[in-house]
Amino acid sequence: MAHPYHDVAIVGIHNTAQAIELEGHDAESIALVGALGALADAAIEVAEVDGVVGQFAQETVLELGLGPCSRRPNMLGIPAVLEAASMICSGECDVVLISAGGARLHRERSHTAPWTRPANELVVGYGLFTAAEFALMARRHMITFGTTAEHLATVAATIRNNGHDNPEAVYSGRGPFTPQDILASRVVADPFHLLDCAMTSEGGCGIVLARADRAAGCAHRTWMLGAASDSFGPAYTVAPVWDYTPRDGGDNAGNVGARAARTAFRTAGLSPDDVDVCELYDPFSFEIIRQLEAFGFCAEGEGGPFVAEGNITADGKLPVTTDGGTMSFSHAGIAAQQLQRVIRGVEQLRGTTKSHQVEHAEVAMCSNGGSGALFTDVLLLGSDQP
Amino acid sequence: MSPLEPQPVGIPVPNPSVRSREYWDACRRGVLTYQQCSGCGFIGLRSFTVCARCLSHESRRKVSDGRGSLYSWTVVWRAPGPAFVVPYAPAVVELDEGFYMVSAVIGCETTDLTAGMRLEVEFHQVSEEIALPYFAPLMEG
Repeated sequence: MAHPYHDVAIVGIHNTAQAIELEGHDAESIALVGALGALADAAIEVAEVDGVVGQFAQETVLELGLGPCSRRPNMLGIPAVLEAASMICSGECDVVLISAGGARLHRERSHTAPWTRPANELVVGYGLFTAAEFALMARRHMITFGTTAEHLATVAATIRNNGHDNPEAVYSGRGPFTPQDILASRVVADPFHLLDCAMTSEGGCGIVLARADRAAGCAHRTWMLGAASDSFGPAYTVAPVWDYTPRDGGDNAGNVGARAARTAFRTAGLSPDDVDVCELYDPFSFEIIRQLEAFGFCAEGEGGPFVAEGNITADGKLPVTTDGGTMSFSHAGIAAQQLQRVIRGVEQLRGTTKSHQVEHAEVAMCSNGGSGALFTDVLLLGSDQP
Repeated sequence: MSPLEPQPVGIPVPNPSVRSREYWDACRRGVLTYQQCSGCGFIGLRSFTVCARCLSHESRRKVSDGRGSLYSWTVVWRAPGPAFVVPYAPAVVELDEGFYMVSAVIGCETTDLTAGMRLEVEFHQVSEEIALPYFAPLMEG
């Protein structure tokens, strides 16, 4: 049987400028800049696009005069990439454009960012927000497995140092950081210090996928080896319970993404040992430890010691989130930073990163989501056509 | 010393829905309720239309003793908005009946919080309509 993604390639990627505040843009306009940049990177004309996916899909169709055109609005991050791939594999489209962006969403600094504040009736009165929701999962892991604040700080220092070294990161040059620096920053939601958390910024990005025959003439082709999404329900409405296991014999909510990773590896015919670089989503430091366990890079409960041994640094066995992620590269709201995990994975496989290039990288793992939000998406990228 | 207390009036409050009205009405009377499936006994805090375990359509609300254990918690020092007084301690409480709920621990110091500590529900009015169930250390005996 042919590989499900045999006939689709990622041929264009682009990050716009990323900054704490971008002048002259809103989310929609910076997403459009990201879209056009990705098409330019692919050397594909606007007129060739016959499908658009993402938070501003319909607006993009209008702005670029693409009608009639296929569209899938409201798809974010890795699920947007999967949607785009399925539009090509099903024969609906030849060239699909994904874009995302965030700007002017968070200017009221007396509050945390609007997307971090859930309004569900069962949580709103308790002052929960994303940092607190994720902290409830992290704490339970610490109780159960003995994971320490130093383990968490090691992750944050590693990723922030990657951003420090990345000339394109919003927090380029802000370091270097030691785990002690992380622990010395003020507490936001114990066990998370300020520097254990994602920052907020503004920026846009885009990705172009094309059917393999169209992609043949493109300068860069990156391939999807396997992918899947896990959910335990809507984010920020029910108690984030690590041990919640609704399906008999299934994974618990703390390991959300484990099933997705197994599925992705099975489709790819690969195992965690084959992964050269991990572009994991880093909303909070603990989530890296959790994902390393859930994805099979170490056993459950051993994520803390795994990072303490230096495995995830840029020169370690398994470099993680090499651009600085949402802690240092950029975190422009709801969608862009999720798509940027995929963009960085593609850059690593192309060999075109401006910092911490993993030599001869052939397989990259990208992820989105997190346990506090009860979902995790996984995508395995490869330099060779499956 | 950082004592944990209920939040003052003025915080964002729940907006009860047609499916949660009974829960919030009971809270206002100082009663914590949960949903139990009449078919298999499955329980949860939220009302449900269909049992997630046996798919039965028959379920009813029951009264909880309001006692449980601290499953997980966090101490928040940077609130999502200025209405919240810090520090406060959002928590997941495992009720003795066997369901989990999000709440916040009050009536002790931040440094008193330990896994498995025994807790008891305590209601505090945060608006005219809403009494929020908080949890305080259980005084045994």
